[in-house]
Amino acid sequence: MAENGIGVSVRRKEDNRFLIGKGRYTDDINVAGQTYAAFVRSPHAHATINGIDKSAAEASVGVIAVFTGDDLAADGIGPLICGVTVPSDDGEPHRAPAHPALAQGKVNYVGDHVAVVIAETQAQAREGAEKVGVDYTALPAVTDTGSAADDGQPQIHDVAPNNMCYNWPFGDKDAVEAAFASAHKVSTLDLVNNRMVTNPMEPRAALAEYNAGTEEITLHLTTQNPHVHRLVMSAFNQLAPEHKLRIVSPDVGGGFGAKIFVYAEELVVGWSCRKVNRPVKWTGDRTEAFLADAHGRDHVATAEMALDENGKFLAMRVMTKANLGAYLSTFATMVPSYLYAFLFAGQYTTPLIYSEVKTVFTNTAPVDASRGAGRPEATYLLERLVDVAAADMGLEPAEIRRRNFIPKDAFPYQTPVVQCYDSGDYETALDKALALADYDGFAARAEEAKSRGLRRGIGLSSYVEACGIAPSAAVGQLGAGVGLWESAQVRFNPTGNVQVFTGTHSHGQGHETTFAQLVTEQLGVPIENIEVIHGDTAKTQFGMGTYGSRSLAVGGVAIAKACEKLIAKGKKIAAHALEAAEGDIEFADGNFTIAGTDKAMNIAEVAFNAYVPHSYPEGLEPGFDENAFFDPMNFSFPAGTHICEVEVDPETGVVEIVKYSAVDDFGKLINPMIVEGQVHGGIVHGIGQALLEVCRYDSEGQLITATYMDYAMPRADNVPSFDVDYAPTDPPHNPLGVKGCGEAGAIGAPPAVINAITNALGVKHIDMPATPENVWRAAQGAA
Amino acid sequence: MPIVNMNVNGNPVTGEVEGRTLLVQFLRENLGLTGTHIGCDTSQCGSCVVHVDGKSVKSCTLLAVMADGSEVTTIEGLANGAELHPMQQAFMDNHGLQCGFCTPGMVMSALDIVNRNGNELDENTVRKELAGNICRCTGYHNIVKSVTAGAKAMGD
Ligand code: FES
Ligand code: FES
Repeated sequence: MAENGIGVSVRRKEDNRFLIGKGRYTDDINVAGQTYAAFVRSPHAHATINGIDKSAAEASVGVIAVFTGDDLAADGIGPLICGVTVPSDDGEPHRAPAHPALAQGKVNYVGDHVAVVIAETQAQAREGAEKVGVDYTALPAVTDTGSAADDGQPQIHDVAPNNMCYNWPFGDKDAVEAAFASAHKVSTLDLVNNRMVTNPMEPRAALAEYNAGTEEITLHLTTQNPHVHRLVMSAFNQLAPEHKLRIVSPDVGGGFGAKIFVYAEELVVGWSCRKVNRPVKWTGDRTEAFLADAHGRDHVATAEMALDENGKFLAMRVMTKANLGAYLSTFATMVPSYLYAFLFAGQYTTPLIYSEVKTVFTNTAPVDASRGAGRPEATYLLERLVDVAAADMGLEPAEIRRRNFIPKDAFPYQTPVVQCYDSGDYETALDKALALADYDGFAARAEEAKSRGLRRGIGLSSYVEACGIAPSAAVGQLGAGVGLWESAQVRFNPTGNVQVFTGTHSHGQGHETTFAQLVTEQLGVPIENIEVIHGDTAKTQFGMGTYGSRSLAVGGVAIAKACEKLIAKGKKIAAHALEAAEGDIEFADGNFTIAGTDKAMNIAEVAFNAYVPHSYPEGLEPGFDENAFFDPMNFSFPAGTHICEVEVDPETGVVEIVKYSAVDDFGKLINPMIVEGQVHGGIVHGIGQALLEVCRYDSEGQLITATYMDYAMPRADNVPSFDVDYAPTDPPHNPLGVKGCGEAGAIGAPPAVINAITNALGVKHIDMPATPENVWRAAQGAA
Repeated sequence: MPIVNMNVNGNPVTGEVEGRTLLVQFLRENLGLTGTHIGCDTSQCGSCVVHVDGKSVKSCTLLAVMADGSEVTTIEGLANGAELHPMQQAFMDNHGLQCGFCTPGMVMSALDIVNRNGNELDENTVRKELAGNICRCTGYHNIVKSVTAGAKAMGD
């Protein structure tokens, strides 16, 4: 093992700059002559616009320009797009209403973009925005997921009758019905997956500059995927040709999905810098983030499981309504379909699964991927249903899971819902988790808690997720508009240090360290001589960015492949210099050696030779700089068991998480310290959903949770410390043997927490978030 | 427009501000000290915590003119040359940061916790005291470890 190589908890290379206040986030960047943008947003959930009076704003101090949707349209700036097609059961593709970046005659949610004001200072821009007169006629609004498609509801888009985007059935309905008809028992559960606001701590921001000499736009953005932004803004929005548009995504303060998408503000700022011929900056505030970042989750579902007399799952049926908000965000259609229903097998051998997903438009902010994206919704539904089934059958929750696990010798395992799992050992993870949680000691702890007037509960969740997104052919067949390979370039400089260019983007994940560890392991270059570069379309070749826990499983492999190419070339160079046959050269620990001798050449010397090729193999290109692309054969399938233990005060409804244990299979760990941090963060995201967070609109479509005073984020005193361990397996199709870890906690935690609370209270179900009020009511009902 | 004078990280500074200019805006925009961040509009997140006359303050909640004549310390003022402050070092050693956005506020709050509670901190105290700082990335586990370790190191 190299000193700072694979498996070592190396301190992060990126930390120093963050700790001394030298991080460089988009809002930290200022350029000479910059102006500021402020958006005029709709105060109505649903209204027609009769007219916009710009005159008072244009006369306001410091205001340079006021633009509306007509100005964008006049310049041919296209509407925002959704990149994945999902077929509806009528044979048509999903309904795709136009999504103008600035409204065209109608607004469809509170916070919808109506106009932009550009001014000399931020305060002047905001004052100008206040003075834009918009004449609205308010329309009735629809916000409720469950009833949005009912007859008689207000209609949002002409192209989407009954507010339906698509109805997507999947599976063999008749076979599932037959299995239910002959089942020993059927367990049923109705549940809501609460709407969340993703809330990375850095609000979105954009800074655009236009160079009239080169006709190039440089757009600094808070994006997780700069090349995807460039591609979409060029190909679909006509902002600028791809080679004249540079997207820079510098340090980004968290993403969790919310910074994947192409947003109206980004496009409008990018366009307006050319209109005013000055740089334009926009920094969102937190309320704007609540109003106009894409939200997550928001499902109502009914789930049923058919069981035989031994508690084996025979078939499963799920009916889901999912809210997509007022318009389709960039990947909105894919989240409640492919990223959701294809996970319904979970860790189990359930042979038959049928599901229908109805997606609806409402007068709310667009809904798209948020940490886990579809997989938390699937896992919550399945792992809650399994607990209900266990209670119906009189089985222990651990036992019913064990009886239905896919056995470890059955991998690769073809599920009935498309996915073919790579590797897994679910029973080992469960056993380790039970031991870590001291499951056997629970009864005594519950007794003791009773003596203090508290009810103690324990809950399990055995999840599987599909990440490492994704094999291009698979997502292409499913209607995605992009390929999901990843690229890397590993460049030696003549003096022997190394620059690694990756198409992924780090916004907290620590790629600058993890990827450097891969390279030091493979090439033997000291880690301090390796720099990882990402987030600038002018520096790195095309890449797909970071989401879906894909960076290491896809991007990391591309880096390893580029390193292999360097080693292959280096052997030729070393053979020539050492006067040996290429086949006699071995490479290890940074040295090319003639096998069986001590004649060797360090890779840094080889690099120098490649750039100063005075004595060099004939016909070989100079330079020591290699590219690679990696398109995986399959998703990767991390899995694990999380166990949560709670104490509930039945008098107040307050839930305290007293112990939380997680055992995960992420394949091989490159930096265990970083992986553990990802697990912690994911778990707290999941606990937030289970106990605290909910995004609420009132019946008129006003967002009533638009600040941190109304939307409860998990804070340090809401959560415990965690016990984390691993039960790794080796995914055969991933050359590095890695699976991905960024979303696991957010997927595993919500059902573990709710299963613990229902266990404590002895109730069938409680919806998230299990706030003191909800828990108190449930406790009263159960008493 | 009012003129403010203050001492920031040991340096006397002066600047012209509007009456409504917040301390955080003065630090970020006038002085270019962009280590102090803005994460919310309602004084809830703690990304903006600095010390004013030795006490932690949410700099989004103070007008620049209110800090006139004060000693202000920001995240940029902690390290001694290339040597990190023990609390900064503890965050690095314990992986107490991921995206880094909440980090300056966390570190400044942590120092205030030590000032008020001493060098031997238990987990409960740290968690209660950190309730004014939101982190979306770390799940707090490693921040709590960092603050406890940093407090100890400051006493050594
Ligand atoms: S910026 Fe959120 S508390 Fe100051
Ligand atoms: S490290 Fe990202 S918000 Fe705390």
